[in-house]
Parts: sequence; structure tokens; C-alpha cells
Amino acid sequence: MTPVAVELRNVALAFGATQVLRDITLSVAPGEFFALLGPSGSGKSTLLRLIAGFNRNQSGQVLIAGRDVSAIPPWRRDVGMVFQSYALWPHMTVAQNAAFGLEERKLPREEIRRRVAAVLELVELTGLEARRPGQLSGGQQQRVAIARTLAIEPQVLLLDEPLSNLDAKLRVQTRQELKKLQKRLNITTIFVTHDQEEAMTTCDRIAVMDQGVIQQVGTPMELFDHPVNRFVAQFVGSVNLFRGSFTRAAGTLRFSSPAIGEVALPAALEPPGAQGEIAFRPHAIRLTAGDPAAVEGEMRLTGTIEGEEFLGEFLRYEVQVAGARVVVDHAHARGEPSLPTGTPVTLSVAAEEIRFIAG
Amino acid sequence: MTRVTPGIVVIALAIAAFLLAFLVVPVVTVVYTAFSNAEGGFTLAHLRAFAEISLMRESFANSLYVAAMTVLFASLLAVPLAYLTVRFRFRGAVVIHTLGVLPLIMPAFVGAAAMQLLFGRSGSLNLILNDAFGFTVPLMEGLNGVIFVETLHYFPFVLLNLAASLANIDTSMEEAGQNLGSSGVRLFRKIVFPLALPGYIAGASLVFIKVFDDLGTPLVLNVTNMLAPQAYLRVTSIGLEDPIGYVICVILVLFSIAAMGGSWWFVQRRDFAIQTRGGVSAPRRRLTPWQAVLAYGWISAVMLLVLSPHLGILLLSLSKVWSFTVFPEQFTLAHFATVFEDSTRMIWNTFLYCGLAALLDVVLGTAIAYLVLRTQLPGRQLLDHMVTVALAMPGLVLGIGYLRTFRGVDLPLIGPLTASWLIFVLAYAVRRLPFALRSCMAALSQVHVSLEEAAENLGASRWHTVMRVVVPLMMGGILAGFVTSFVTAAGEISETILLTSRESLAPMSYGIYLYMQSIAGRGPGAALGVIAVVLIGLGTWFSHRIVASRSPHDVPGEKT
Repeated sequence: MTPVAVELRNVALAFGATQVLRDITLSVAPGEFFALLGPSGSGKSTLLRLIAGFNRNQSGQVLIAGRDVSAIPPWRRDVGMVFQSYALWPHMTVAQNAAFGLEERKLPREEIRRRVAAVLELVELTGLEARRPGQLSGGQQQRVAIARTLAIEPQVLLLDEPLSNLDAKLRVQTRQELKKLQKRLNITTIFVTHDQEEAMTTCDRIAVMDQGVIQQVGTPMELFDHPVNRFVAQFVGSVNLFRGSFTRAAGTLRFSSPAIGEVALPAALEPPGAQGEIAFRPHAIRLTAGDPAAVEGEMRLTGTIEGEEFLGEFLRYEVQVAGARVVVDHAHARGEPSLPTGTPVTLSVAAEEIRFIAG
Repeated sequence: MTRVTPGIVVIALAIAAFLLAFLVVPVVTVVYTAFSNAEGGFTLAHLRAFAEISLMRESFANSLYVAAMTVLFASLLAVPLAYLTVRFRFRGAVVIHTLGVLPLIMPAFVGAAAMQLLFGRSGSLNLILNDAFGFTVPLMEGLNGVIFVETLHYFPFVLLNLAASLANIDTSMEEAGQNLGSSGVRLFRKIVFPLALPGYIAGASLVFIKVFDDLGTPLVLNVTNMLAPQAYLRVTSIGLEDPIGYVICVILVLFSIAAMGGSWWFVQRRDFAIQTRGGVSAPRRRLTPWQAVLAYGWISAVMLLVLSPHLGILLLSLSKVWSFTVFPEQFTLAHFATVFEDSTRMIWNTFLYCGLAALLDVVLGTAIAYLVLRTQLPGRQLLDHMVTVALAMPGLVLGIGYLRTFRGVDLPLIGPLTASWLIFVLAYAVRRLPFALRSCMAALSQVHVSLEEAAENLGASRWHTVMRVVVPLMMGGILAGFVTSFVTAAGEISETILLTSRESLAPMSYGIYLYMQSIAGRGPGAALGVIAVVLIGLGTWFSHRIVASRSPHDVPGEKT
């Protein structure tokens, strides 16, 4: 089956007086594995349900394969959805659950039997056809939910937090399987999650949502390296953010902020205006004890160690710089002791690791 | 959990002895009588004799037919209402609440006479139909009348159980069905209804039992070719020695147990154990204009039907003459005067019997709840199970069992037990004990054990702990249990008809029944009925208030 595109044009939705989605325009390429990422209440699940047809009183258009489906009820959309709760019917067996959509489409019995067997094999549940959902593990239930949806060979696959009910280890394994399955079937897939790691590891592109608005759309690396605003910078990975003003005089660029005071920035940088924020990731900071010689083209901050968390691969220090705390991730080498609280340190950030956020 | 002390054992044994004497022995006596010959040996002769009487075979078939048809019609009324109120944005809670309570505050047999006047052969509806279209509907003819009256009375059991069941279904279950291509009636049939089946079965089996066992409604409608009326007629006309009445009792008990057990088994067997995990519940759907017209039309029609016995009985109680007219033509308060002149004794008796029975119920209920939930007494669950058996015992069976078991028992001060006020109290108490016990158990399980431990830690003995901490904290549940017992006992008729040995002992429900036997008595009967409904209605309202004001989150140390 040729994969199809999904397009949203100026979609908005309100529940009563509450505006849940605002002017959403988005296009998902055929065969793409696309994530809607955001905190709870950001509207991502509502948007997914809207694509499935469960919220139909929206304004704007939903196009699937170029056709406006806004007026089509859920049962005629041919959009498969895997629910967060899986929504497996407890009164039906695994096979009956999987066959349901095909029976509704009135396919010949032989065809139904063949396709149910095929999808159950695809998700490696062959042999469990006669079980009821209550007799399956969480991971198996999730695979039944996926099989039941794939059985109807939907044009688009929608996944609503499909991994959230699995334990941590199974979640990592399942997301890899999900990615492989998606590539193999080459089906346009939209995946809702609040977990940035999940979105980044599985999806081709991500739309970050907050308060019913799409904040940024891009590949995982684009979002991480070039966040367009404070929200995206903070939500995708950890970040140090400081608001202040920029002044350029005599070939030097200075940044002055109430939090960290006056800092010299590498002169090569181009701030977006007189006011704005600078952002840099904890792992991009080089931490040195004492006061080493300055390096050309780096931003330099001095402070003292205030706290630490040992996370195995790295140590996460909290460093007091003027009136603010800066988070620094320092790669851990075997046997290296951590720096005690109160140690004076110098933080260096390379020019290319510093991002400006306008406003 | 408390240690088992001699005091606890004595209390448990006393309760067990009470249940044995007033529940187990009477029922066993009935069964024994049905299967024993003159010498006391086992025999199937009575059963054979029953099967050989064509009236008995007919009665058996009729009882099954009436119960089954009532379940069918009750479902037709209740299923759309339940779905509507649970799934659509709608003033549903109010409707369900009103529809659920209205029929229950008036015993079915009370409204039956009024229904004759509204829907009978020359009742209001048929007079109108005949005038306008030249035909009549035999709604109240024979078995139809029983089915009609019982349907209106009992459909709330299906409605309330099904609505609760529907409300518990994760909406994503339904949405998954829609997502895979199902909608409308198919979706309801294949997904929604099967998932709500436990609630439906619970409600439907309850309706079946209640109708199958009912004595008052068929008697008031003068339908005698059903099992319960036959048992009553045999025992009262032929006498306590006639074995056929006992055979009928055994059949009633077996069907009750089978229906209850069957519904329990069904719910157990189905694997509904899957728990929902954080499914987003969708907002209720909005009705389209057409759907709204249909929905409100349906609800209004049902409301009108449900209210008709109430309106009918009120009109009847106020009418001077009501015969061959759509509505009464002259109104009077004379019937109420008659009732207050002749029947104050009956009203007093109702308060006495029902009050004492309800008191007995909550005392026993509290004690059993404490024994089961708070002690490690071996076999304590048995008390709970014994009480639950009372649920399946038709009033008729218990009544006959009492008459048979306790004949000749003469008590000091009270006299012959079966001809005393005490027999009413006992009979009422035993059959309402399951409800009072549930109420007490629920209340006690809301009280955290640490509250009791704190009292004991501060030096209170167990008895003081129970009286000063446990009982006050359970008071909401105890009061609700008291009112439920009182109200249902006040409307009881099966046991009452059997146990009323002389008029001076009769409670209101018997008075209504007696008045309704004659045309002239219908007015005063209706007046007494109105008084009973007001009484029961106030009681029900009061118990709802108690339960509402004592909601669990007000109780400190609520179990998590």
C-alpha cells in the first residue's frame, strides 16, 4: 500500500470557553514516523483524537491523502488508533479483538481468518488467539492493541502514548520494535508522547506542543540544536537560560543579566537584538577547578560548586554563578573524585554551543 | 484485628442462633414438609400431585411468563434511558434519580387498583381511545395487568444497575470500536452492551425474582392462576397441612436461588477483570435536534407512565365516585376521614413493627459487620453468608415457614407467637437484614482501624471503643440501614397477608390490601395508600439526606 500524507490546516478546537487547540497547521509526509510531543494538557492527545475523528466540531481542515475528512465520522475514516489504555474488549478473545474491524468491513470469513493470523504473527502473538485480554501481560496487551489496529490496514496509524503503561525496560525494547515495524510497513504514523527521549529515539520528525499551539516542528536534532523558544529549549533536553541585554562596543560583545551579571560573549556571535536570552546545554560546558587561562572564542563564567548528583555517565553539578545556579554535566572518568561543595570553578562554553532566543 | 474473647464468641453464637431459628429452620421446615410423607419419610408424591393438577401447571407457566415478560418490557424501558443518560450531555442524573426512586416509594400492589381505573377495560385511557378511535387496549386484562404494573414498578432496578455499569466503561472501549469501523446500534450490540452486561444481568435477575415471587399485585388485580397466589390460597383455604403450598414454596425458593446464583456465576465467569489504565474519558456527546426530540419524548412518556399509579391513587383517594369516566367527577376528603377514624391502629402498628424490625436489623447488622471485619473469629463469614441467603427468600415462603414452624409456640406475656405482634417484627427484620448489613459493612469499612487502636491505646476497653468510637463513626450507614429497613417493611405485603391473624394486629399494608378487595373500600384504601407513600417517600428522602451528608470524605481516617 502506498503511504499517504496527513495535513492539518488552521485547525482549532474549543471545549466550551476553553481553547484547546489554536490554529494548528502541520503536514506529515507519507510514510513518516511523526511525534506530537508536549506536557500533559498541551493538546497533543486532543489533536490525535481529532485526526481519528473523535472531536469533529473543530474549525479548519484535516486532509488525509489530500482529501478533506473533517466531516467523516470515526468509523469511516480508515485511520487506525492505538489507545493509551489499549481499550481491548475484555469480553472478546485476542482473535476476536483482532477480527473486529474486519468483521465490521464485512470481509469474507476466510480472508478475516488469514489476516488475523498474519497480524498476530507480525506482533508475535501466534498461539495466544484464544486468550482473553485479562490473561495477558501488559506488553502482550499492547501488541494485541497494535495488531487489532493493523488488521484493518489503515491509511494512517495513530499511537496515543502506547508505551506509557509498560515498565521502563520493556518501554525501551518496545519502542525499538515499534520503530522497526513502522519502517517495515511503511505506514504514516503519528505518535503522541510526553517523553522527549521516546519521541527523539523513535520518530523522524517531532512537533513540540504547548497550550494548544505547535511551538516547533523539526527532526530531533534540529529541535535539540536549534530550539526556537524558551519552551522548546527547556522541554527538549536540559538547558541553562538567562535573560538580559546585549551591548557591542569596541569589537567586544557584552551580555548583562540580573542573574549572572556582566559577561563577555565571543565577538563572533550575532545576538538577535538588544534584548534576549542566551541558552547553553549542561553537557556543553567545560568545567575546570580554579581559574585557568582564558581561551579565545569562549564564554567564561566563574562560580563555586553548590551541589552534585552522580548519574553514572556524568556528574551533574550545580554551580553558583553570581545570583544564579548553572547546571553543568561533567563526564565521569573511572576513579575521578567529585569536586567538593565550595570549590571555585571556571565554566567555559564554546561560541557554537551558545544559542540566542529572541524576545 | 482483635483477639477472639469469650464475649465475642457469645455474641456470635447468639446471632447465629437467631438466624437459625428465624431464617434457616422455617425455610428448612417448608422444604421438609414439601418432601415428607405422613410418617416423616422422604417422598416425591407431593411434587407429583402438584404436577398432576392442571391449575398448578398453568400457574407455573403463567408465573414464568409474567416474570419473563416483565424483564423484557422493563429492559425495553430501561436500556435506552440508561444509555441516553450515561452517554449524552443531558440532565441525566436528575432523571435517573427521579425515575429510580418514584416507583419504589409506592408498593406495586398499592398502585394496582388505581391502574385498573386508568388503564383497565373501562379506564381513562380506553374510554378516550374508544371515543376517538373506536378500539380499546387490553393492558390490564389478566396476566397483562400484572406484567404492566410490575414493569412500571421494577424497571428502575434494570435502569440503575445498567446505568452504573455503563458509566464504568472506559469510553475508549467504545471509541476503539468506532475507530475500527463500528457505529450506532451495531456498536451498542457488539461492544457497549456486552461490557455493561454484568449490571444488566444483576438488574434483570432481580426483577425476575421479585416478580416471580410477588403475591400482592396479582391478588389485588384478582389474578390467582399464578404460583404465589396459589400457594397463599392453598395455605389459607385448605390449611397449613396442604402439602401443595409447600411444593410451590420450594419452586419459588429454587428459582430465586437459581436466578441469584446464575447472575453471580455469570458475572464471575466473564473475564471483566481487566482494569482500565488512565484512559481519557471523552466529553459526553451532544444530542442532535432530532435525537433530542426523541430522547425527551421517550423520557416524558416513561415519566408519565411511571407517575400514573401515583396520580391514580391520589385521584382515587380524593374521588367521591370514579366509574366509567376519564377522571373522577366529584372530589371529597371523606376517605381520609374514614381512614383516620378506622385505621389509626394500623398506622400505629406499622410504626411499631417496622420501627422495631429496623432497630433489630441495625443492631444485628452492626454486630455482624464488626465480627466479620474486625475479629478473627473462625467461621465469621458464615454469618454473612447466612444473612445473604435471606435475600433469596420470598416473603411468602418465610411467612408460611413461620406459621408452620412456630404454631403452638406460646410465649409468656406475648401469647401464641404466630398470633402476636412479635411475629411481624421478626419476619420483617429477617428479610431486610441483608440490606441493613450491607449498609453497616460499608460504613464500618470506611472507619480506619487506627481510630480504634488510638482509643484502645488511650485506655478504652473494647466495648467502650465500639460504643464511643466505632458506632458514632458508623452512624450514617446505620441510619441509612434503619430507614431502608423501615421503608421496605412498611410496603411489605406477602409476609403481612400471611401473618395477619386478626384485624387489630394488621399494619397499613394489610389495611390497603383489605380495603382494595371491595369497590366501596377503594377510596379509603387509596387514602391509606397515599399516607403510606408519603411516609415512605419522606423516609427515602431522609435516608438520601443522611447518606449525602455523611459522604465518605467527611469521615476521618478514610481507608485508602
